This record gives sequence, C-alpha cells and structure tokens, in this order.
Amino acid sequence: MIEIKGLTKKYGSFYALKDLNLTIEEGTVFGFVGANGAGKSTTFSILATLLQPTSGEAWINGISISQSPHEVRKQIGYMPDFFGVYDQLKTDEYLDFYGASYGLDAQQRAVLIPKLLDLVNLSNKRNDYVDLLSRGMKQRLCLARALIHDPKVLILDEPASGLDPRARVEMREILRELKAMGKTILISSHILPELAEMCDTLGVIDSGELIAHGSVQSIQEKLQSEKVISVKLTGSFADAVRFFENDPLVSQITEIRERGILQFLYKGTEEDQLALLRKAITVGMPVLAFSEEETDLEDVFMEITKGAGTL
Amino acid sequence: MKELLANPVLVKEIKLRFRNMKSFTGLFFYLLIMGIFVFGFINLTSSISGSGFFRPEESFMLFSMLSYIQLGLILFITPGLTAGSVSSEREKQTLNILLTTAQSSFQIIFGKLLSSIAFLLLLLVSGLPIYSMVFLYGGVSPSQIAIIFLFYFLTLLVIGGLGVMYSTLTRRTIVSMIVTYGTMIFLTAVTGFFLILSVSLSSAAMGTGVSPLSYFWASINPAVVLLTLLEPGFNDEVGQMTGIPLPLWVSYTIFYMLIFVGSIWLSVSKLRVNMNKYR
Repeated sequence: MIEIKGLTKKYGSFYALKDLNLTIEEGTVFGFVGANGAGKSTTFSILATLLQPTSGEAWINGISISQSPHEVRKQIGYMPDFFGVYDQLKTDEYLDFYGASYGLDAQQRAVLIPKLLDLVNLSNKRNDYVDLLSRGMKQRLCLARALIHDPKVLILDEPASGLDPRARVEMREILRELKAMGKTILISSHILPELAEMCDTLGVIDSGELIAHGSVQSIQEKLQSEKVISVKLTGSFADAVRFFENDPLVSQITEIRERGILQFLYKGTEEDQLALLRKAITVGMPVLAFSEEETDLEDVFMEITKGAGTL
Repeated sequence: MKELLANPVLVKEIKLRFRNMKSFTGLFFYLLIMGIFVFGFINLTSSISGSGFFRPEESFMLFSMLSYIQLGLILFITPGLTAGSVSSEREKQTLNILLTTAQSSFQIIFGKLLSSIAFLLLLLVSGLPIYSMVFLYGGVSPSQIAIIFLFYFLTLLVIGGLGVMYSTLTRRTIVSMIVTYGTMIFLTAVTGFFLILSVSLSSAAMGTGVSPLSYFWASINPAVVLLTLLEPGFNDEVGQMTGIPLPLWVSYTIFYMLIFVGSIWLSVSKLRVNMNKYR
C-alpha cells in the first residue's frame, strides 16, 4: 500500500509537485497520467528516495520514506523513465549484480535469474552483453532487475516509452502477469488506452497538481464537462442550426452535410439532453438519430492537458 | 573483511576492468618498461664504472629512482582512475538505479574506491619482483621496501578518496578530473614551491633556522616524505632546523588520514539525498 500526504516539491517559486494526496491500495495498479513536466517523474523520484520533498510525507507499506529510506528501498522495485546499462556486462551478470546489491546470496540469485529472464522473455539473451540489446529488451531487462528482490511495490516510470508497438504489447503482457502476482504497481504512461486497460485506478496530474483520481470511468465523467452530440437530420440544416443555437447549453455547432449530421458540444445533464430531444421533435425537426459521441481517454487527456506541454 | 570484499560494486567493477584487453596490455607495457629500465640501469652503471660490478650504493640509487617513478605513477594515474567513479555512473544514467538498491552509501563508495585503485595496486604488486632486483646487490632492506609500499598505499588511498569525493560532489567527470588533478598538483608542486619559498624566506630572515611553516609544507609533500623514508637521517636534520622533532612521515600519515576520512565521510553523506533533511 502507498500513502501520500501533502507531498510537495518546489524549485524556487516553481511547484514541480503541489500538495499531492493519494492512497494506492495493496495489490492494485495505479496509473499516473499527465503531460511532460506535469510532476509524474518527480513523484516517482521522491517515492524511490532519490529526491527530497520540500514538504509532505509518503509511506510505502507503512514505512516512511523520510524516516526509513533504506527500508523503503527494500520494498520497492523502481524503473526510471531514462536509464543506462553497464558496458561489457552480460544479461545474467547484470541481474546477478543487482541481486547481490539487494543482499541475495549466490544460490538465491542462481535460482531467481533464469526465472526472471523467462518472465521477461529474455532467456535466449542470457549470455548477451546488455549494451548490445535492443531498447525493448533493455526495458524488459530493467523490469526484471526491478523484480530481483521480489518487491511488493513496483514504481514504473513510463516503462513503455520509446518502444515499438510489438514491444509495447510484450511489456503490457508482462505487467498483466505482475498484476496477477499481486504486486502493487504505480505506473505512468502517455499511452492512455493501455493504462486504462490494465489500471484499477488512475490519477491525472497537471502542473504538479492531481486534478482527478479514481476509476477510469469516473475520471472520464469528471473531466469531461462537455459531451459531443450528433444529430442525424433528413431536412433543412439551417432551421436545425437556428434551433440548437437558441439552447444555452449548446456550443460549437458543426455541420457534416455529406453524412447529414449536425454535431455540437453539450454541457447539460442526461435529463437536459432528453428535454432537448423532446423539444426538437415537438417543433417538428426531422430527427433521424440523436446520439452522444463516444470519446476515448486520449481525447479527455488532450482536453484537460491543453497548453500544459506537449505529448 | 570478507563481507567488505564481497561488495557487489567492487566485484562488478573488477570484473568489468579485467574483461577487456586494455588492462592487461597496460600491465604488460608497465612491466616491460620497468624491466628495461632496471636491467638497462644495471648494465649501464656496470659498464660506465668499468669495474663490471654493481655496487650497493648504485643499487640504492636504483631503488630510490624506482621509488620516485612509482610515486609519480600513483600521483598521475590515481586521479584518472577514481575521478569518474561516481560521476560516470551519473552520466551513463545508471546511478539512480544503483541508489535505489539496498546497498548502503558506504558500501557503494567503498566499492567504487577499492575497485578504482585495485588496478594501480596490481601494477605496484606485479612490479615487486622487478623492484626486488635491488636485493641481489644489497643497499636496501626488505623493511624499507615494506615501509615505502605502506607509504604508497596511504598516498594512493588519499588521492583515490579525493577523486571519489569530487566525483560524488560534481555532476560531470571532466570537472571532477580537473579538480582531482588540481588537488594532486597542489599537494606536490604547490606545497613544494611553498616549501622552497618558506625555507628561503626563513633563511634570509633568521640566518640558520627554518620556520615551522616549512615543516608543514614538507610534511604534506609526498616527494619530501619519500625522501625521509629513503634517507631517515634527513628527518633529524629537519627536526634540528625547524625545532619540531616529529618525523615527517608521522605528520604526513596524520594529515593524509584526516583528508581520507573527511573525503570518504563527505562522499558517503552526499551520495544520496537526505530524505529527512526538510524536517
């Protein structure tokens, strides 16, 4: 379980992280979403005991990061967004080194390393030099490295960044396996549909502040203040445009004439939506279909992070 | 001790260092040059003297020259081996991962230091058989060699400790390298210059006596201390001139041990952020 209270990181007058409060239950997968520079890596670095917070506190499985950072390190497996590997070190030696760094004896390491390489599909690369592996293989190896001491909590900072589609799918499969193993996983990514698929809860961070937190659906509802409504018409567009323009909850009307559709943004509730449809039929508008367009999480993310940075 | 030597950083670094041919080539050429120098010196001295003998005094001269060559080797190679030990990890983006492991900061720093100076220790130890050639001709006792090797070890440790400290404190290897070499130059050339200056000024002002400041500059200069180890009588002369009876090597050991402890303490305390500092 991860508990974060009032975590803040300030550089001069700039807030990299502002009063972050969050609880991630044991055995769940939490996705951290935000544009570049939103504060995801800052949060992860603090939780990994690499960065000192300006104020606030966090606990990993009840252990304080400020009071017992050494104990916290034993609890977490950390994978940074950018990392290097040692030259002239073979894959199994790489894992062996980190295993020894966590105090595992030679016998334990000898048993664990083949299993981990198997988990990340790198068994056939056991005797290859790590610096010669592909980006995707290095990412998987780094994940295996983070698992060497069997941590209860995994902190994965954009583990799929820079990977080709195939490598992303492979990474996703591994993360699913880890989730099934009962690990508490804190993961950040720009690939929102992927996060939505594997995460139990999501947190959206923008300019150092957590602006939404909850299940994927609740976030979508909370953040999406305006829905896109499509109305398929058989008659005059001009009359329909005039009619919808008069409704204060409607904005940005677009005509898609080739499909006979009128699209607009709507701020009202479902009841308001129903009332609008009823009114349109009452005034004799030739409505063939009236529906809400489905927007995916990517659209929501683009909407809420407008101007916050580039993806 | 076994635990200290089973340090993962130490094991990994040594493995990497001796995996490439560079280390072995370096070792080969070092021994080759040392061998050529020793045998060349013996042959040249015997032929110049015309006697065909290599006398104990000449053997001692050879020993002294070898001692200074090895001191130079330590002073010039140690910064290069240690000044990138931590900063290069930072540059290669491997440091953050290392810092999130369960290894203590002391373990990491100790591993880095020992692995960096291990190669130089190997050079010194592998050169011992050549160094020992002087025994064949007399003039030098084994205890003198042992003392000089202890002196080397201390100097190596201190320059290495400074290199690791600068490497921990600075973000870039090049900066760390410059500062470490700068410190080494201060400890050798600058202190030597101040020693000469201080002796000249004292002689001009007081006639025969030398100020205690000269003792200080002499006691932190490795070349001067090595001279007192080669010629122990020089210590008495320094004592008489400065009025400080303490042998230079004692002050040297105390001063350098303090630098070593200070640099290791600073490296260990600055390697990781203090998570509790803001409280």
